[in-house]
Amino acid sequence: MKHFLIAMILCMTICPLCYAAPPAQGPATAAPAVTGTSAKTPPSPANEVKTNKAITLSMFAAIILLTGAIVVRAAKSTRTAADYYAAGGGISGMQNGWAIAGDYLSAATFLGIAGITSVFGADGFMYAVGPFFSFVTILLVIAEPCRNAGKYTLGDILSLRSTSKIVRGTAALSAVVVSTFYLLAQMVGAGKLMQLLLGIPYNVSIIGVGALMILYVTFGGMKATTWVQIIKAFLLVLSGVTITMLLLWKFGFNLFAFYDAVASSPAIQEHVRGLLKHAAPQPGFDYGQRFLEPGLILKNPLDQVSLGMAFALGAAGLPHIMMRFFTVPNAKAARKSVVISMVLIGAFMIMVTIIGFGAALFITPQQITAVDKGGNMAAPMIAQYVGGGAGSVGGDLFLAFVCAVAFSTIIAVVSGLILAVSAAVAHDFYVNVLKDGKPDQREQMKIAKLSAFVIGAVAIVFGIACEKQNIAHLVVLAFAVVASSNFPVILFALFWKRFNAGGIVTGLTVGAIFAIGVVLVSPTMTYPKKIAADAKKVVDQLETKQASGVALADKELKALVKARADYAKNRDGKSLVGLDAPLFPLKNPAILSIPVGFLAAIAGTFLFGSRREEEKFDELYIRQNTGYGMADASDH
Amino acid sequence: MTEKRDNWAALASMPKFITLHRRKKSFLITLWCLSSIMFYLLPICAGYAPEFMKARILGRLNVCYFFCLFEFAMIWAVALIYTHRSNTYFDPLTKEVLADIAKGVQA
Repeated sequence: MKHFLIAMILCMTICPLCYAAPPAQGPATAAPAVTGTSAKTPPSPANEVKTNKAITLSMFAAIILLTGAIVVRAAKSTRTAADYYAAGGGISGMQNGWAIAGDYLSAATFLGIAGITSVFGADGFMYAVGPFFSFVTILLVIAEPCRNAGKYTLGDILSLRSTSKIVRGTAALSAVVVSTFYLLAQMVGAGKLMQLLLGIPYNVSIIGVGALMILYVTFGGMKATTWVQIIKAFLLVLSGVTITMLLLWKFGFNLFAFYDAVASSPAIQEHVRGLLKHAAPQPGFDYGQRFLEPGLILKNPLDQVSLGMAFALGAAGLPHIMMRFFTVPNAKAARKSVVISMVLIGAFMIMVTIIGFGAALFITPQQITAVDKGGNMAAPMIAQYVGGGAGSVGGDLFLAFVCAVAFSTIIAVVSGLILAVSAAVAHDFYVNVLKDGKPDQREQMKIAKLSAFVIGAVAIVFGIACEKQNIAHLVVLAFAVVASSNFPVILFALFWKRFNAGGIVTGLTVGAIFAIGVVLVSPTMTYPKKIAADAKKVVDQLETKQASGVALADKELKALVKARADYAKNRDGKSLVGLDAPLFPLKNPAILSIPVGFLAAIAGTFLFGSRREEEKFDELYIRQNTGYGMADASDH
Repeated sequence: MTEKRDNWAALASMPKFITLHRRKKSFLITLWCLSSIMFYLLPICAGYAPEFMKARILGRLNVCYFFCLFEFAMIWAVALIYTHRSNTYFDPLTKEVLADIAKGVQA
């Protein structure tokens, strides 16, 4: 078995190196296509980042080897279900803190927030506060009580309140649904990222990443996942510190000079004018300063509050984050681990926004959006710049390093997610619902590994199927669903005496279904009629121009053809649930669905109550406050 | 598993345990509410008081920038306050409660 594992990991290491062989081609022909837009932008922006494939892929191989070695080591000492799901409770607070940071900081946080900042300025900084604030709730409400009362999953905590199998089954289902949203978003992101960074075809990347994760999780369990997350967090922080320092060094570590340069950049000023749709510069309007002011993309304050609520309460109930607290020996270590991760995540978020502003200043928003509309390439591009620029050895090295860090980020987050789903399926559903908790260690391990394998395979299939889908809303959806279903239930289970099975099941199901329902009728979905209307506007505009006798430029002609096709295709279309326009005005459902989730949990408690379960509250309450009864659980 | 079923209701009515969870609850709720208010103030100010957020403080840096920095500092402060309070007050109290429980179980 061990030899098989080693052989597989070596295989996976060699695979990326094979991609290094064919010489890079293509970008040279792609560049001249975008000319003649505006005479002011000196060179037309190249729409691809050229990585040095040999260096980049060697770094990828190094990361696979390093993490693979950890997995092989961890596989030896993973014998029981407690080892597999919770690393036997033997992770220290410091280690767990780094691992939480590694689990939570996804590629979306690193590349995404740097991107938003580089394209929309101060809004990126405001956006970064939300994911960080979620740790206040984790620290104050979740970490210690969960460590004291739980074992491997949310289902364990809830079944202290009610032995009903329906409760455990619902908890497992909710964990699977939420983690699948999150997992799907990560997988599709991973595929696109690999494609963008290395030109590896989408399907190959998804299968590669998925297969590697299945290997890691099935063999290494929580121990391997933890160490992969720790290493990833270290690499991430290292790259963040290096880029930030090199950027600020250019300004003698004077933050004011740095932001002065940002606001004085003509490229940024022109970009902001474009964002504000000012056809001609308005006299006296400081476009550079506007970049440092909020509101370029986050326009609706209610939407922001709603998003803030999803972050504030959502992260606290994410199964893969919650699971991390079962790996430490006691509540004090759980507390320490949250504080460590808060220091790391907070410092990293601030650095990421500086990196974003730096990318706007040195790379220019125009060039960043030319490579990727969402700005996801801002961080790799600025890394290449501070390393010495494209083509230089330093630039190639830095770019390759950041790409490798992004890759390790995907590995760490995806393996944490697969482990969380596998715990819900194997531990909650199979062992406790189907088999009444009877299976022995051997069978538990077997079923846990089997479920991780199946989940990984399903993630690969879904990932490939969703290539063309807009998956950005899936992460927001996952946060909103957790905030309106898991969070109220966890809070009540831990702190409300009367809460019972009825409340748990109603809260979990109504909260989740309502949140998903609201997203389905929100502006996050695609509304073909709206696309058609926009296309019609372009068609009308260009046709009037044509009718007035002005000859259209090539580019305009192309736009006209495209707009006509868009209009024809979308004219009679409906959104996924058959709507012409969104029913709910906000992109984020949390502001509405969280209160509904709480109300559903309360209503369910009173409608389907049982006295016997209320008596069990005392037990849970003493356990979660003091850790009584859990000390002996972590001894063996 | 513990050898015998503990009488949880009796344990829960121990005066020391009641003090512990009452103090803990009020402390946690206060801290959580205060930090939440500060957190939601940021998007609310950005949305409804844009002129205030745009006011420059130092060089090019405006209220918005320092407000965001303040949020990070505030969140770190919450972590510090909570850790300090837990280490100096709640942990010793919890130990006492656990000691009392152990005594009670033996009796």
